[in-house]
Amino acid sequence: MTPTTLLRTMDTASARTANLERVSKTDWPRVRLHVVTGKGGTGKSTVAAALALALASTGKRVLLCEVEGRQGIAQLFDVPPLPYEERRIAAGLPSPDGGQPGEVHALHIDAESAFLEYLSMYYKLGRAGKALDRFGVIEFATTIAPGVRDVLLTGKVFEAAKTQRRKGTSSKDRLGYDAIVLDAPPTGRITQFLNVNGELAGLAKVGPVKAQADTVMTLFRSPQTAVHLVTVLEEMPVQETADGIAELHAADLPVGGVIVNLVRPRDLDAEDLTAITDDTVDHAAIATELASAGVTPGAGLVSGLLAEARDHAERRALEDSQRALVNEMGTKVYELGRIAGGLDLGALYELAGSLREQGLA
Amino acid sequence: MTRDTARMGPLATAPGTPATAAALDIDALITDPTTHILVCCGSGGVGKTTTSAALALRAAELGRKVVVLTIDPARRLAQSMGIEQLDNTPRPVPGVDGSGSLDAMMLDMKSTFDEVVLAQAGPEKAKAILENPFYIALSSSFAGTQEYMAMEKLGQLHRDSQEQGTWDLIVVDTPPSRNALDFLDAPERLSSFLDGRFIRLLLAPAKGPARVMGAGFSLVVNALTKIIGAQVLTDLKMFVTAFDTLFGGFRQRAQQTYALLQHRGTAFLVVAAPEPDALREAAYFVERLTGDRMPLAGLVVNRASPMPTGDLSADAAMAAAEKLRAGQPGDVSELTAGLLRLHADRVRIVERERVLRSRFASAHPGVATAVVPALASDVHDLDGLRRVGQLLADQ
Ligand SMILES: Nc1ncnc2c1ncn2[C@@H]1O[C@H](COP(=O)(O)OP(=O)(O)O)[C@@H](O)[C@H]1O
Ligand SMILES: Nc1ncnc2c1ncn2[C@@H]1O[C@H](COP(=O)(O)OP(=O)(O)O)[C@@H](O)[C@H]1O
Ligand SMILES: [Mg+2]
Ligand SMILES: [Mg+2]
Repeated sequence: MTPTTLLRTMDTASARTANLERVSKTDWPRVRLHVVTGKGGTGKSTVAAALALALASTGKRVLLCEVEGRQGIAQLFDVPPLPYEERRIAAGLPSPDGGQPGEVHALHIDAESAFLEYLSMYYKLGRAGKALDRFGVIEFATTIAPGVRDVLLTGKVFEAAKTQRRKGTSSKDRLGYDAIVLDAPPTGRITQFLNVNGELAGLAKVGPVKAQADTVMTLFRSPQTAVHLVTVLEEMPVQETADGIAELHAADLPVGGVIVNLVRPRDLDAEDLTAITDDTVDHAAIATELASAGVTPGAGLVSGLLAEARDHAERRALEDSQRALVNEMGTKVYELGRIAGGLDLGALYELAGSLREQGLA
Repeated sequence: MTRDTARMGPLATAPGTPATAAALDIDALITDPTTHILVCCGSGGVGKTTTSAALALRAAELGRKVVVLTIDPARRLAQSMGIEQLDNTPRPVPGVDGSGSLDAMMLDMKSTFDEVVLAQAGPEKAKAILENPFYIALSSSFAGTQEYMAMEKLGQLHRDSQEQGTWDLIVVDTPPSRNALDFLDAPERLSSFLDGRFIRLLLAPAKGPARVMGAGFSLVVNALTKIIGAQVLTDLKMFVTAFDTLFGGFRQRAQQTYALLQHRGTAFLVVAAPEPDALREAAYFVERLTGDRMPLAGLVVNRASPMPTGDLSADAAMAAAEKLRAGQPGDVSELTAGLLRLHADRVRIVERERVLRSRFASAHPGVATAVVPALASDVHDLDGLRRVGQLLADQ
């Protein structure tokens, strides 16, 4: 498929999106490829999964892809490890109007399989394919050769955007995907990862690899792609997010929103926090309240609770200063709270609901 | 809450009390004069750099001559250690107390690579290599290069310390790899590439007639030409040919470093956050290190939620908060409800972390563990590092 046909395909899909969701207030109506990056451990995979659920509203088909070989999607959705093949893994987040939810499919992309598939798709190699393997070319290409791994991974994401549509025989398959969410490499590597086709195209000045790389870059640079960055309100991740945005801009890649994850609960307001930090709260009054709620305030309970709250106040102050920095980044900002009991599938839908409410999906 | 209780079910019914790991004695480890290399590994963002720097500082203040190789330290931490400029050589860290010494550096993978090329190849050849597009891509953006270079640098530091007696303890931070074990696999991968037929194929024109390569050779060349184009193949061949004489040295040093890691003077610490993913990754590390006969000293669970005070349970606290909300509104009442919810939140998190740790301990008995609570703010100066060091030691 040429770049133009793919882009046309994607236009049709987004036109459909626009028709179906005229009422919705998504901030990204034209985006079809949502790339989710973030510093490791900030919740990139979680946010990508929640975003896929949120995008899969009535009548929508969403593909969630991972490229880091960690089987994070399978773990999040509590299903067996995913093969190199698209699979339906969940129903989307139901729409408020009560219509049937859409579908989330998942794809685990690994470089070796992508390479073999690529070879058989573009070059009917036959015996040569096996010879390549014997000569260690596959290993070389996917582990040592600069950039090739990333070219293969991004190439497959690109392929995934159209495969169903081309192969599809049932009417459902012919719809393709309305949106693709990529659980991408971390912020420190994202620009290099997405730009690798650009770099490779620079190395390979002519030939099929160049053509392929150019095609992929056209999509990544188009307004149908958005790179969202997940962060937590801590110094390093916030700094990395700012650096990441600058690098994406410099490489002409479309920056999406910033998703601030794992935000601490905001049970205490600023005034309370100040009083707690300055230790001007009335211990006896709190003890009375506790007693009225049926808690016998044993020795040290009140001061213990206040000590915990002081700790919390310090963290919150740090969060606030980092939030101020995030708000200056010139992108839309979304927030997700930290779920105290840990994540399970139910919590993932909760996060999806919150993302949809805030307009990311 | 019921969800949490249900999750704890399987463990609650396990025979005996939940497993707890033996405490890791950090001070014994870092003051042991036979410990010469300390490697901190683990998944990204868990606190490898912080732990490496904190251990290095503590060891120095306990009298050792330490160098710490950090990778991607937080900017402010790098500044306070005086290593923000990337000159790829260890510098003394100002403000260290005690009789020992601490040098620190931040790894610059490209200059490390360039230095090796310059040291190993004649000036003309080095120039050709440094300018080759494949070399540039390999040295600056290839995903595994940082791991190779961390190993190169460790080898260099070790040789220096042996020759000049500059240091008696090298603390190594590891890169936030795509694959947690990339740095262990680096030497192996390089060797298998060097021994592979592919490299002979690339070197073929320089080394003799194609037909010695046997059947399949021309098939492969044709296929490659078809895929990447003749020009790229030519560039690649030129690169490999120019690099040929260097490969041997790389392999030899990589193997030496690998052996060094297996040596009993080395100790690995696996760092993890009390999160399922990080602990899963830590489990891989533990298994892999054991499998490769690498000396594992223990597990550091960093950024654990601080223990709540008292014995008020999460459920009781939530119930009381609800009661207050339903009753008379008022400032103190709201504040108290807020305090209770905060407490419940903390108890739940601590509870969950305890379950995770205990699962790890059941699966990996015998891995000594140190738990380091999360500080209320980031660790960005020597005082912060000292606190983390102290917490590491207080088990
Ligand atoms: N909003 C949240 N509330 C509670 N836990 C979360 C939240 N987001 C992420 N987590 C947890 O944090 C850890 C890291 O999240 P993950 O999505 O795997 O991060 P990444 O993909 O960036 O490494 C996981 O254990 C996940 O369950
Ligand atoms: N025990 C701790 N308490 C509070 N913050 C911590 C702690 N350990 C690490 N940090 C902070 O977490 C962030 C990531 O730590 P870092 O050591 O750079 O991780 P890694 O090297 O594993 O990527 C830094 O901002 C650091 O200050
Ligand atoms: Mg992930
Ligand atoms: Mg680090």
